[in-house]
Amino acid sequence: MSSGIHPIASLLAAIARGISGVQVQWAGCEPDDRQRIYFANHSSHLDFVVLWSALPPDLRAKTRPIAAKDYWQQTPLRLYLAKNVFHAVLLDRGSANKAHHPDEAHFVGRHLIDHMAEALGGENSLILFPEGTRGSGEKIAPFRSGLYHLALHRPDVELVPAYLENLNRILPKGEFLPVPMLSLLTFGKPIRVEADEHKDAFLERAREAVAALRRIGNA
Amino acid sequence: MFAAIHDAKLVWLYSGVLFVLVLSTLIGQVLKSRRKTDASRSTIDNLNARIRAWWKMAAIFAAAVTIGKAGALVLFAIISFLAMREYMTLVPTRRGDHLTLFWSFFVIMPLQYYLIGIQWYGFFAIMIPVFAFVFVPTSIAIAGDTEHFLERAAKIQFGIMVCAYCLSHAPALLLLHIPGFEGRDARLLLYLVIVDQMSDVLQYVWGKLIGKHKIAWRVSPNKTWEGFVGGVASATALGTALWWATPFTPLQSAGMSFTICLLGFAGGLVMSAIKRDIGIKDFGVVIEGHGGILDRIDSLCFAAPIFFHLIRYYFVR
Repeated sequence: MSSGIHPIASLLAAIARGISGVQVQWAGCEPDDRQRIYFANHSSHLDFVVLWSALPPDLRAKTRPIAAKDYWQQTPLRLYLAKNVFHAVLLDRGSANKAHHPDEAHFVGRHLIDHMAEALGGENSLILFPEGTRGSGEKIAPFRSGLYHLALHRPDVELVPAYLENLNRILPKGEFLPVPMLSLLTFGKPIRVEADEHKDAFLERAREAVAALRRIGNA
Repeated sequence: MFAAIHDAKLVWLYSGVLFVLVLSTLIGQVLKSRRKTDASRSTIDNLNARIRAWWKMAAIFAAAVTIGKAGALVLFAIISFLAMREYMTLVPTRRGDHLTLFWSFFVIMPLQYYLIGIQWYGFFAIMIPVFAFVFVPTSIAIAGDTEHFLERAAKIQFGIMVCAYCLSHAPALLLLHIPGFEGRDARLLLYLVIVDQMSDVLQYVWGKLIGKHKIAWRVSPNKTWEGFVGGVASATALGTALWWATPFTPLQSAGMSFTICLLGFAGGLVMSAIKRDIGIKDFGVVIEGHGGILDRIDSLCFAAPIFFHLIRYYFVR
């Protein structure tokens, strides 16, 4: 699946880096060839591209974003960008919630996890925004459960928290024109699901791991 | 294009800058080999880092001015952009300011430099103080968020004034037509930058050497009376000694460089006050080491427009 980096992807990454003036800090780990799931707060369309472009080029080729199918399928351009340019893993978000029966929900959820696990394969890494949608940037919304199930499914994959700071001011939800302010991306220390850890406890801990990397308010 | 190279006095100015850079690099290396305590070590490392940065800044500046007016305009437009980027990142803006900020970066600021480029003095002088002044609050009001409305409008307007309007007066020196001084304008720009930046440097040096009594410790703990008096006096002396490169007599040159030094000090003080106001609890912490353009040019922002208008009033007919 990882057939190198699309030239448009490299171009968009360079533009995103220029607009966001992003400063990257590896605060809890170093760039590494091993399989990882990077999970971060989500407040801007730039989030994925900025995070992706912060990785060394050889890792970029093997790192794919998880994206919402309903949004990225809306226009042919979006679909092209998601599928062909960034090799995104398109997920039917919320399909498990729409299910009428608990068993059905379980089945659909299971299918989503399998889909992500398949995308991970033997060498890929994923970029995941567990809030499920873009927020205003002031608060981090509760995490969806996909991260937890995927982590149980693939305990060998490292879970790396990341915080994207100020991107909500550069290109907030609903705006098309960016304002070139400066931003900061911090990678934190990898976490794992502890033995007997409950789903909600883990998801809250994962959320706190992301929030702890925030500079404003934590000084 | 490249007319500047044929100006012998401009070459002398550049040679002087080169001489000072070489001399300070040598001094920096001698100090480095003699340092003893850890405290002096960090000061000297900081000094050498500053000297290295000066080499780069001087090279970029010389290259741009040698290309000519277009080069100087593009250089200062880029500096304006980077400074405004630091400023707007520091200032707490809200979602409702988004479109106004977009206009500030991509329309108002470039337009200011374009107006200088086409030498439209009448519009360049009022575009930001009048047109942008009306546009900014209107645009924020249309966005509909009234929380901290006056603060937001004022902060954005102030940023455009300092980073785009004030600074643009430095390259605007190149459009002044001074009788008997045609084609020599690049020297004026260099004169302003040399006196202004040397005033900063000399205030720092004098302050480090003999500084004791704080001027405004609340605003800027590093500014001392000794540094201020020593720096302004020596930079004024330097500016006076450079009268041969300008249309000024030695006495006029003394007055001009003294004015540049005082305004440079004022600019540094005001921007320090702003940093104290918003920097400590905000994004200033985050971009430390990354930014710093605004710290470098704060003195120039205040000195440039006054220097421009003094020349325009007294020397342009």
